[in-house]
Amino acid sequence: MSDKKYKHKQKSAVVSYNRWGYLFLVPFFAVYFVFQLIPLFTTIYNSFFENYRSGLTQIGPNFVGLRNYTTILTNGDLINYSKNTLIMWIIGFIPQIIISLLLAAWFTDPSLRLKGQRFFKTVIYLPNLIMASAFSMLFFTLFSDNGPVNSILIQLGFLSKPFTFMSNVTAVRCLVGFMNFVMWFGNTTILLMAGMMGIDQSLYEAAEIDGATATEIFWKITLPILRPILVYVLITSLIGGLQMFDVPQILTNGTGDPARTSMTLIMYLNKHLFSKNFGMGGALSVFLFIITGILSMIVFRISYAGEIK
Amino acid sequence: MKKLASVLLSALMVASLAACGTATDAGTPATDGGETTVTEGAEGSVLNIYCWNEEFKSRLEDHYPGYEKIDATSGKIGDVTVKFTITPSDDNAYQNKLDETLPGNAQAAADDRIDIFLVEADYALKYTGAEPAVALDVKGDLGLTDADLANQYQYTKDVVTANGVLRGVSWQGCPGVMIYRRDMAKEVFGSEDPADIAPLFDSWEKFNEAAGKLKEAGYTITCSANDTYRVYSNNVTSKWVEDGKINIDKNIEKWVEDSKALVDAGETNTYDLWGDEWNAGFMNDGKVFCYFGPAWLINFCMAADQDGSVAHDGGWAAVEGPQGFNWGGTWICGAQGSDNPTLVADIMKQLTCTESVMTDIVKKDSDFVNNKPAMEAAAKDDSYAFPILGGQNPLAMFCAGADKISMANISNYDQGCTEEFQNAMKNYFDGHYTYEEALDAFYKAVGEKYPELAQ
Amino acid sequence: MSETTMNNTTRKGMNIHARRTIAYIVLGILSFLCLIWFYILFINATRSNAGLKTGFTVVPGSFLVQNFTNMIKGTVPVLNGMLNSLIVAASSAALCVYFSCMTAFSIHAYKYKGRTALFTFILMVMMIPTQVTALGFISFMNKLKLMDTFVPLILPAIAAPVVFFYMKQYMDSNLPLSLLEAARIDGCSEPQIFNRIVLPLMKPAIAVEAIFSFVSSWNNYFTPALILSTDKKKTLPILIAQLRSADWLKFDMGVVYVTIAFSIFPVIVVYLILSKSIVGGVTAGGVKE
Repeated sequence: MSDKKYKHKQKSAVVSYNRWGYLFLVPFFAVYFVFQLIPLFTTIYNSFFENYRSGLTQIGPNFVGLRNYTTILTNGDLINYSKNTLIMWIIGFIPQIIISLLLAAWFTDPSLRLKGQRFFKTVIYLPNLIMASAFSMLFFTLFSDNGPVNSILIQLGFLSKPFTFMSNVTAVRCLVGFMNFVMWFGNTTILLMAGMMGIDQSLYEAAEIDGATATEIFWKITLPILRPILVYVLITSLIGGLQMFDVPQILTNGTGDPARTSMTLIMYLNKHLFSKNFGMGGALSVFLFIITGILSMIVFRISYAGEIK
Repeated sequence: MKKLASVLLSALMVASLAACGTATDAGTPATDGGETTVTEGAEGSVLNIYCWNEEFKSRLEDHYPGYEKIDATSGKIGDVTVKFTITPSDDNAYQNKLDETLPGNAQAAADDRIDIFLVEADYALKYTGAEPAVALDVKGDLGLTDADLANQYQYTKDVVTANGVLRGVSWQGCPGVMIYRRDMAKEVFGSEDPADIAPLFDSWEKFNEAAGKLKEAGYTITCSANDTYRVYSNNVTSKWVEDGKINIDKNIEKWVEDSKALVDAGETNTYDLWGDEWNAGFMNDGKVFCYFGPAWLINFCMAADQDGSVAHDGGWAAVEGPQGFNWGGTWICGAQGSDNPTLVADIMKQLTCTESVMTDIVKKDSDFVNNKPAMEAAAKDDSYAFPILGGQNPLAMFCAGADKISMANISNYDQGCTEEFQNAMKNYFDGHYTYEEALDAFYKAVGEKYPELAQ
Repeated sequence: MSETTMNNTTRKGMNIHARRTIAYIVLGILSFLCLIWFYILFINATRSNAGLKTGFTVVPGSFLVQNFTNMIKGTVPVLNGMLNSLIVAASSAALCVYFSCMTAFSIHAYKYKGRTALFTFILMVMMIPTQVTALGFISFMNKLKLMDTFVPLILPAIAAPVVFFYMKQYMDSNLPLSLLEAARIDGCSEPQIFNRIVLPLMKPAIAVEAIFSFVSSWNNYFTPALILSTDKKKTLPILIAQLRSADWLKFDMGVVYVTIAFSIFPVIVVYLILSKSIVGGVTAGGVKE
């Protein structure tokens, strides 16, 4: 076999394949450029200007250097709202990932043989189909002072007078976390299950014959294969968490009350959109971008540990 | 670099247009259409109306002579097509829409130009006081005369007057009264007759005193501290913003003081208006003694057609209460750049100045119309008695209220300041903030909404 | 059940029956948490506006038909809105999954220069909150004369970094490169490989992301509210908001609830159709090496 010639031929073939690699990227980047990159650069550019609407009058743009950044850094809001956001994200995410993994494990456990799996698998995603605004409307009704939750608790003797959920810091945060949990745990489970579809059934069969327990199968087979999807779930949930907006926005009517303890970063950003404050909004966006970037990089590094080259 | 970017961009645009054939074709606005040559005198063929709900549309359909309805959002007056663009007010979407389109209105294609837009009192001045003007001068540009407007209540003109120029008109007035439960009044004060009850509530001092008595009987005087907010805030002597600084009027401070005392004593709560607890007060088993509101609140919000509601059994009665106030109302503005000024003027004239049309509106839609003689006649007519109020005719009270309302102290910032002030004070009433903290939170929130007021 | 497995489960962990019981209880509670909302929506949709003010009930009211006729006969074009929502959501979901797959395939299967840099770039832009660019987006669409069209609602779906990322992760675990080599030897061109071999293999992932993007587009209020202004072009969430801000003469929460219920219905149908290919146990057999 003429080794040299073969290699040369293979290489040129690879190059011609790889040309397709570029072509396949064109739609994504073309669309991204027009619909997102241009608006994004405008956003960053604007963060160095004083630029807002006062009534119908446009103020600015006047170049102010880093003033918008220093304003945000010095008034302490950024830290507060980051804290709120993370707390509410964690309240929702911990049960979400535990339940999703548990369900995924149960559904794939060959020895458990759960009946009605189809039904359960279908039902868990349903809450996500309801508009966040409608969902928050229902929650508001359910947890109002003379709503059904309070009247049930009173009838059961747990409470003597209605508990004001909406003016208790912990209660509001937990409600937001709980709503996010109910809306998203099905989504996470489906992602994990779709990942499991690709797992070769014969692996399970072999493990079962070898006498592995369900727990062992889960930790030693399912989880390692699922790792890329798990990383995905973790990162997107983190990003989704940092972008948390409509649930607390509608539940608290945009106020983030009590005393702005449930105000998230994007709700804060939304306040600047009211006055079309491109300057402050832009600066806040850049901070958001940096925060999300750092957090995601940390998660990515830890879970991938140098696998992507 | 910039050039390269624009070349790239246009190339991409062509590509994206090609990729998405039909949808784009349908959506391309006819900027270079055939009707760009509107000559002086000839008026446009499309009347564009911007609004946030269907109220004005149904008034126009029902009461403007010669209006033919085509479908849900369009109609015809003579040869002119009427087009409604409805943008909900949620998330400030309606105002964003106006902000986007009004300033460049005169340059838009003739058929796309806004001719009429509607505003509410809370932000009217933003549009009527804009420099350069975006709303037409009702007298100077549209030719309505003082005689035409003579029967309108003064305060409805104050709301849309900026720098001495009237830039809008309204067909309705929304003076409010205090609406109380007859059964509770009888139990606590020994009489349900408005004549006996009125003197017990004619000042805030008496109002707060009565709250104590109601509390002993297990009732709250209002459902929420916010119920009385409008009554206080409509009787201020200074504006929210004076000389570019946020200013809190004495009467607003009094609201905070009175309300905090009431909330602390358990005589009222801090619920949101329109919430479930607020609605629950309309039912027979509710614990709320009174509400403050205009005719529309009585007619449309008190669940009169529901068994078990107080309104259903005519269990309410009205008195003037501690102070007069206004709640609601829609104003019609002509847009600068409109190509149908004659028609705009005629619509304003028909709906807001013609007594017969306005009497029809009272009969058909139960509006309190902006026409003194029409309302004063109705006040004397027993056929206008409200069954919800147990047969009482409150129109005389409304008329008296409408005469007394002063809206001279509105500012550009009312909507945002009111909203943020109530939010901040709710936290104070609930004990999450001290008064000073609440004020700081208020200043901060207003600064976010109106950066020019940031401290 | 074989003797050995029984022994194993009793030895190392709970009895299979106990585990099964726990699983059923947890699943029961979760199902309740998932379904109760639909019950409440249904109940509220059967009640009159005035009735809704009396507070919550467990028993349905008698106004369902009335509310439904009010909705259809009302001036807010709900049926039209449903069609618009369907067009927007279906086309953006289709574009989104197809092109995200294509992008992921490019990064996954080819070894060209700058690949890692491009991948990192997409990961970075994934983190930008959508609200951040909203203001710039609207003013730019205005310049392109695309306001009040479906284009700004549909076309951007082609570039969905989050969906791309999922597809890429899925390919990492389920799409061996050897399969592509085999296809090339069989004489397939690259577009053929993508369309005929990769896409079918990605079916579970495509179904998942198609549902997600369909639903998020269907329920999106923020962008459509800023873009669309003609009533005939509006999508359902805007129309619901419009019903909620109706004037006092026409305000009717019963109609609002019936419209919400009505607007959820098609999504459930789409979901049930697509979920078959995830839930129904499509074992991605083709992946086996």
